[in-house]
Amino acid sequence: MRFITYLINGISLGSIYAIIALGYTMVYGIAKMLNFAHGDVIMIGCYVVFTCMSGMGLNPFVSVTLAVVVCTVLGMVIEKVAYKPLRKATPLAVLITAIGVSYLLQNIALLAFGADTKSFTSVVPIPNISLGEVNVTGVTVVAVAACIIIMIVLMLFIKKTKAGQAMLAVSEDKEAAQLMGVNVNGTISLTFAIGSGLAAIAGVLLCSAYPTLTPYTGSMPGIKAFTAAVFGGIGSIPGAFIGGILLGIIEILAKAYISSQLADAIVFAVLILVLLVKPTGILGKPIHEKV
Amino acid sequence: MSMLEIKDLEVYYGVIQAIKGISFTVNEGEVIALIGANGAGKTTTLQTITGMLSPKKGSILFEGTDITKVPGHKIVSMGMAHVPEGRRVFAELSVLENLKLGAYTRKDKQEVAESLERVYKSFPRLKERKNQLAGTLSGGEQQMLAMGRALMSKPRIILMDEPSMGLSPIFVEEIFNIIQEISASGTTVLLVEQNAKKALSIADRAYVLETGKIVLSGDAKELMNNESIKKAYLGE
Repeated sequence: MRFITYLINGISLGSIYAIIALGYTMVYGIAKMLNFAHGDVIMIGCYVVFTCMSGMGLNPFVSVTLAVVVCTVLGMVIEKVAYKPLRKATPLAVLITAIGVSYLLQNIALLAFGADTKSFTSVVPIPNISLGEVNVTGVTVVAVAACIIIMIVLMLFIKKTKAGQAMLAVSEDKEAAQLMGVNVNGTISLTFAIGSGLAAIAGVLLCSAYPTLTPYTGSMPGIKAFTAAVFGGIGSIPGAFIGGILLGIIEILAKAYISSQLADAIVFAVLILVLLVKPTGILGKPIHEKV
Repeated sequence: MSMLEIKDLEVYYGVIQAIKGISFTVNEGEVIALIGANGAGKTTTLQTITGMLSPKKGSILFEGTDITKVPGHKIVSMGMAHVPEGRRVFAELSVLENLKLGAYTRKDKQEVAESLERVYKSFPRLKERKNQLAGTLSGGEQQMLAMGRALMSKPRIILMDEPSMGLSPIFVEEIFNIIQEISASGTTVLLVEQNAKKALSIADRAYVLETGKIVLSGDAKELMNNESIKKAYLGE
């Protein structure tokens, strides 16, 4: 029974990783860059919800909606100000800029909200569900459902809509996409908007499950979700989902059965093993060298 | 008035000048060939016309409108399509998805469906393989897809960059037949080719590019009989 409880906790945490990883993987897949500030967008989303609920007494639904809006706009602004001017720069320059943006967001939060830990009130109004000896929290139910819905909607969006097809075209060949009349900059901006909006949702779920909030809250989940995206095959939407869930399960099981101190080390060790066997990740496509 | 008018165009890659002040015109209904050796600036010229590169000097007029500074993604909806060198089909999308992206800027679904039927009629092979990933097509089929994709935008002028490159002689023949069909249906064609003989045989007029400059121009049939052209480009 205890194993089942751990497994459910793992899937719950994994769903949150998966939502963050979806944002990572979309941005990577389309803009071909690693947005290391993605985790810190999560943190900003959490502070927005915290301020709305604890400071202004707004209801959870309005607060979460506001957080999604703020993060979506923030994602687009970051892309426009920090990454767009580097479109033709080396990947290394973009990577360093992303790390810089990450620190910038952390320090803005530090200035605005202070370094003290805020205790976050769960936004999920669903009570715990008991299935015999197994207890499932409301957050778990919402996180898993949100994750599955988001993944399906994203896949349909990309397969079925014009904007989604434009994203795939940009992902494969920016110049050829432009020749089709696709606004490449607009498409990349849209990708950041979607990824950052998802980050807000993931952040709210994360803080509802683990109710502490500091300016560094987004940092570790951000790196873990990045790991999950690589694990599943970066650029692949189902890959991000599978990678996220697996990572969550491995982390919780490692904490339960091996050592809670070593859990993160085990997670990353598994990643290294997977990449040694399959360098493109579980669902990753083989890398084509462009001639 | 010419359909397309290029005036004193100069294009640089960094400090290296690729196009050294060229001017030429394309009239409605013509097939114009731009021929020249590797590195002469043919591809650069086409890429500059459709906004993939920006010129340092000069201007590009399309149907009387200055499009020199128009962003690349807005060119296609003005009625100009570009079949790029190396085909550049979206390998991980299906043939049908590629064709639909060709009509990305068009709103009228009915008209797009009609264009699709026309493309399928010109390229029956694409219809047979509509659900296949573009990356699995042969080189010749990919060239057909790239041309079909460009036609999906219903262009008044189509720019083609080395459509015969790397194709077997049978496909080369077929591709040139299709170019003539496209021209016969009323679309103006600006064709860049290394296969000068083939290009001159279907063109009305031609311009010869050498290291970023136009060194010769005139009626295609006359150029075919020009001694220096024969020597340099026709291998006679």
